[in-house]
Amino acid sequence: MITTSHFLVLSSILFTIGVVGVLIKRNPIVIFMCIELMLNAANLSFVALGRHFGQVNGQMYVIFSLAVAAAEVAVGLGIIVAIFRSKETINIDEINLMKY
Amino acid sequence: MISPILFWIFAVLAVVSALFMVATPNPVRSALGLVMTFMCVAVFYVMLSAQFIAAVQVIVYAGAIMVLFLFVIMLLNLGAPEGLKERGLLQPPIAITLGISFIIALLASNSLVSLQGKGAPPEMYKPQGTTEGVGLALFAQNQPWVLPFEMTSFLLLVAVIGAIIMAKRKI
Repeated sequence: MITTSHFLVLSSILFTIGVVGVLIKRNPIVIFMCIELMLNAANLSFVALGRHFGQVNGQMYVIFSLAVAAAEVAVGLGIIVAIFRSKETINIDEINLMKY
Repeated sequence: MISPILFWIFAVLAVVSALFMVATPNPVRSALGLVMTFMCVAVFYVMLSAQFIAAVQVIVYAGAIMVLFLFVIMLLNLGAPEGLKERGLLQPPIAITLGISFIIALLASNSLVSLQGKGAPPEMYKPQGTTEGVGLALFAQNQPWVLPFEMTSFLLLVAVIGAIIMAKRKI
């Protein structure tokens, strides 16, 4: 018997893997991928809870979060390309111009 | 009714490919692991009777977004595994410890594991995740989704302009 809780626990596991990936990776492209994984986990819990309460609202939120994710990826990868063009590296440890 | 065997197969596959995405040093392999996770999540959407979202997941995430990722990886020539050395010996253990404590805190909160059975009655579970159902709900008179929908189009326009300005050498 698969209940809504199974989906919520799975979604929290995927979210945590995304958080750990953001913390340990040094490559900004992989960090973006981990952020996408976290967004997907949130979407999964939206759909599961929408199904649990018999409403379509959860799927509406997923549609909007998808559009936001697409916009975020387009702008973020543009920023990465611009950084690579000016600094010749994308190691996240060496991009510290705004730190001081 | 969700088949338990199918659920467990795809749950294990999703978690393993997500872990592979984080663990591998090669960005292209990370992208392939992420595509696998997206496909598994699409299967879960079908299980939860959200067919339209599942199709959009495959088309937008596994199609468009991942192609964009691979394109940037190829463009910046990061495909080589030794392209970026992972430095810092202290950071991964701390991050993994924090992640484990985070998931323990999430699961110990007890609201995820034992969700209170205030679900809708069974007759509410009509097939509403089809394209027709989602479209009718999105543009219904008594639903507040039309304004966010228009805002989304504006957001995408801003993203297009921002991406062009970021990628352009001289404006």
